[in-house]
Amino acid sequence: MNYNEQTTIAAISTAMSNSGIGIVRMTGEDSVEIADRIYRGKKNKKLSEQMSHTIHYGYICDGDEVIDEVLVMLMRGPHTYTGEDTVEINCHGGVYVVKKVLETVIKYGARPAEPGEFTKRAFLNGKMDLSQAEAVGDLITAQNEYALKSSVSQLKGNVKEKISNIRQKIIYHTAFIETALDDPEHISVDGYGEKLKVTVDELLGDIRHLLDTCDDGRILKEGVNTVILGKPNAGKSSLMNAFLGEDRAIVTDIAGTTRDVLEEHINLQGISLNIMDTAGIRDTEDIVEKIGVDKAINYAKDADLILFVIDASSELDENDIEILKMIQGKQAIILLNKSDLDMIVTKKVIENKVNELQPVNSSETENHNPIIEVSAKEKSGIAEFEQILKDMFYDGKLTFNDEIYITNVRQKTALQEAYRSLQKVNESIEMGMPEDFYSIDLLDAYESLGSITGETIGEDLVNEIFSKFCMGK
Amino acid sequence: MKYSANSVWENKDQYDVAVIGAGHAGCEAALACARLGFRTIVFTVSVDSIALMPCNPNIGGSSKGHLVKEVDALGGEMGKVIDQTFIQSKMLNKSKGPAVHSLRAQADKNEYSKTMRQVLENQENLEIKQAEIVNILTENDEVTGVQLYSGMIYRCKAVILCTGTYLKSRCVYGDVSMSTGPNGLQSANYLTDCLKELGIKMYRFKTGTPARIDKNSIDFSKMEEQFGDERIVPFSFTTNPNDVQIDQASCWLTYTNEETHRIIRENLDRSPLYSGMIEGTGPRYCPSIEDKVVKFADKNRHQVFIEPEGLGTNEMYVGGMSSSLPEDVQYAMYRSVPGLENAKIVRNAYAIEYDCIDGRQLKPSLEFKNIHGLFSAGQFNGSSGYEEAAAQGIVAGINAARMLQGKEPMILDRSEAYIGVLIDDIVTKESHEPYRMMTSRAEYRLLLRQDNADQRLTKKGYEVGLINEERYQRLLKKEELIKNEIERVEHANVGANEKVQTLLKECGSTPLSSGSTIAELIRRPELTYDMLKPIDDARPDFPKNLAEEVAEQVNICIKYAGYITRQMRQVEQFKKLERKKIPDDIDYDKVNSLRIEAIQKLKEHRPASIGQASRISGVSPADISVLLIYLGGVYK
Repeated sequence: MNYNEQTTIAAISTAMSNSGIGIVRMTGEDSVEIADRIYRGKKNKKLSEQMSHTIHYGYICDGDEVIDEVLVMLMRGPHTYTGEDTVEINCHGGVYVVKKVLETVIKYGARPAEPGEFTKRAFLNGKMDLSQAEAVGDLITAQNEYALKSSVSQLKGNVKEKISNIRQKIIYHTAFIETALDDPEHISVDGYGEKLKVTVDELLGDIRHLLDTCDDGRILKEGVNTVILGKPNAGKSSLMNAFLGEDRAIVTDIAGTTRDVLEEHINLQGISLNIMDTAGIRDTEDIVEKIGVDKAINYAKDADLILFVIDASSELDENDIEILKMIQGKQAIILLNKSDLDMIVTKKVIENKVNELQPVNSSETENHNPIIEVSAKEKSGIAEFEQILKDMFYDGKLTFNDEIYITNVRQKTALQEAYRSLQKVNESIEMGMPEDFYSIDLLDAYESLGSITGETIGEDLVNEIFSKFCMGK
Repeated sequence: MKYSANSVWENKDQYDVAVIGAGHAGCEAALACARLGFRTIVFTVSVDSIALMPCNPNIGGSSKGHLVKEVDALGGEMGKVIDQTFIQSKMLNKSKGPAVHSLRAQADKNEYSKTMRQVLENQENLEIKQAEIVNILTENDEVTGVQLYSGMIYRCKAVILCTGTYLKSRCVYGDVSMSTGPNGLQSANYLTDCLKELGIKMYRFKTGTPARIDKNSIDFSKMEEQFGDERIVPFSFTTNPNDVQIDQASCWLTYTNEETHRIIRENLDRSPLYSGMIEGTGPRYCPSIEDKVVKFADKNRHQVFIEPEGLGTNEMYVGGMSSSLPEDVQYAMYRSVPGLENAKIVRNAYAIEYDCIDGRQLKPSLEFKNIHGLFSAGQFNGSSGYEEAAAQGIVAGINAARMLQGKEPMILDRSEAYIGVLIDDIVTKESHEPYRMMTSRAEYRLLLRQDNADQRLTKKGYEVGLINEERYQRLLKKEELIKNEIERVEHANVGANEKVQTLLKECGSTPLSSGSTIAELIRRPELTYDMLKPIDDARPDFPKNLAEEVAEQVNICIKYAGYITRQMRQVEQFKKLERKKIPDDIDYDKVNSLRIEAIQKLKEHRPASIGQASRISGVSPADISVLLIYLGGVYK
């Protein structure tokens, strides 16, 4: 559990979209020092030598590698949002660049901010009045709950399993060492280092592999969370296939083993979409459709984008209306499929329906979800769909969920920490340190990995000792 | 059982503190109060059983040795008494890091008990009284006195409950059940009901002890002899090491075998645990032999330590084979062990059940949250072990005294002492078995070593008033010497000259390629501060009575500096949350953003600090953030 109140934290403070600029914000007592390590200004003047509340042009570098051309804003406490020294790095808005800058900041000493942490610091440093306290509390509770849910749910099933396996091994060996230390007359740990080293080497390999996975972006589903809704016969699958034509690559195929959704990660015009198609709907051809719709609605709740596929060749039914109702006020695109057949449902029909659904006194008529006629069979309307998608993205209507990305950085940092801790175990073994020193770093690794899967140490060690090893007396 | 008095009359003597029970917790508690100037009376069901060791004949052991040292550093008695009455001593884990070195002594049980009793008897302000306490008297949730079984009332301002395993205790083996305390002593059957009426939540725990066997019936030639250390280290910082170099008694090692396990397995249905006759929760760390055989079925033998109970008796303790099997099975089982073929059992093994409390009803000072002036310590709080008891005893005693002095309680936190870890766990975590100290429970164990207990706690003992000026001055001197010597050694250069290289070679270390410092060399695993003396020209002479201790500290502090600094940094973070106190009158319902589960847990526990709150299961980091914000806003 990380309660480091004083360490320096960093986060991306703009939305993760391909907008004009992205800002990486860092606050805490070491933030200027960290900035000095990565910022190269004109005439090599260090940021720490500059006046407060000034802006500077230069580069963010990781050693010799230039990451981005930036504007850096230096603000010393207490006159900052958090009350602590703060550095804001304005970089080019590309998602990749902003990520890279954040990673560099973390590599050089900051740690990823916890949800709501900037606001929390602002409050604790007396930057907000009492009336705001409650709101801050709510924010933290909500963001943490979301982060916890998302960090675990975003892990691919096998990643979680792999981490759990590593943790299992770590706690087993730690428990053995600890049992021997607690009961040296019954259990001897002499010469255990060699045996342990074999395991630690294996675990280092496993974590290395996970880190590589992390870098490939395969550990998490980054991208726009997209849910396809529609009746089974609306042609969702064929439409998906149409989107995924030869020139469009399927990045990964992550059919979950534990979840009843089929997911596909596709890239359209440089925009990543995680498309979730509820398996429930697929499999309910012969079951009451209502069940499928309920399920879809659940998935759609947290989605960034909803694609609603309607069979234009048949009348709207209750289910369609219900979905229409649900997507009001959300980012959605309505796709009228089977436009190659006689169109019973037209744009006009939908528009009228939507107007009916809207509260009488509502003036928001212009905020309609776009409606496109498409045909999976004739592959028509796809270009128009892609254009709309792009517009939404660049208008900022469509964003990545920031938290997903931040979570990824946190997880990567945690993996790196675990890796370093295990390396220290090996160093201790090689140096011939006594066995009790191994447990210190083993437990650190255990805790770091636990932060990824949302598990804390608690009584794990004591329980493992008692359940696996026979104590004397 | 509800108590009703035939006649009630009041003792007109005035007391400040009444301690109920004179076991290891009661003794330390009573001594602390009396030594701090308060009129103290300690009640026991039997004066002959003061400081009784009803189970294993040892003091100390892994992490427990730390506790004894800490009790001593605070000004307690256990370490001094065992130094006078031990018959064998060992430093455990000597080949491991200094954090897990742990002293364990075999005690002469009778001598220990007798010596402690004399300390109590001769202590100014302290009275001993043989009686069973049946009632705690209170007015407006404040302690006013205690009532004896005879009906007599003693008025006092504070009560310390140290009832050990005596509350409604029941000893069981096979189908035999006796309502007695340990060793057939009288149990205390009325107090539980009184406590329940005071709103105290009770648990029922269980523990057990092995048989005692007549030494003359044992064939030691079939066992391995276990000797004590050649150079004995005392427990107490006040004991002169030269005074404890005694002729030591031996212990003996033998093993159970398949035959033993067969006998046990075939008779499991006759065990009161398996038949459901015992309902209490037993400790996982000290399993009975039947538990071991069932749980670790793949092990074909278990160690058995035969340990003397004292020099003045032939009884031998059979370590590793506690049991509650019927008497005939006990005979068969013990006699299947090599060397015990003709064993005569003097006392049967038994399991014991007793009433104790849910420790979460206590403040970190060991005072009950809901009753002012009522303190408790030891097995009554759900712990196990003599040392755990003594550690709580001295803290409860000190804090009862401080309450009477109108001072803030002395609270040791997890970064200061094993005692702090012990008490924090007891008052914070829900436990369903007797709690035993373990080094793995201490997060900062590299800082909480047995060798530096005095540096950690003697200053506190001095402030409290249990450590005299002379001892305090000695500590200050020692600390100064250590500090200066570390500073010197860090900067003491050595060249790659002939003398240095030869010494390094002799010590099995690689020769220097260029100059180095003494400190750098100490950090090599194969070298120590002492070994480098011949090449450390400027090394000062320390006063004789401190030389050994200073050298040890310098060696450890330099050798493990990296790890020690790391843990000190963690402690800084930890302290920040510990220091954020939560006011007693906080209304968790008003902290809007807390999750419902957290509100429930926090209301139930009423933690004293944010740090303690963060260790309650069911309270998340986000809840802690919310609490911090609430406290920052409302109580600023």
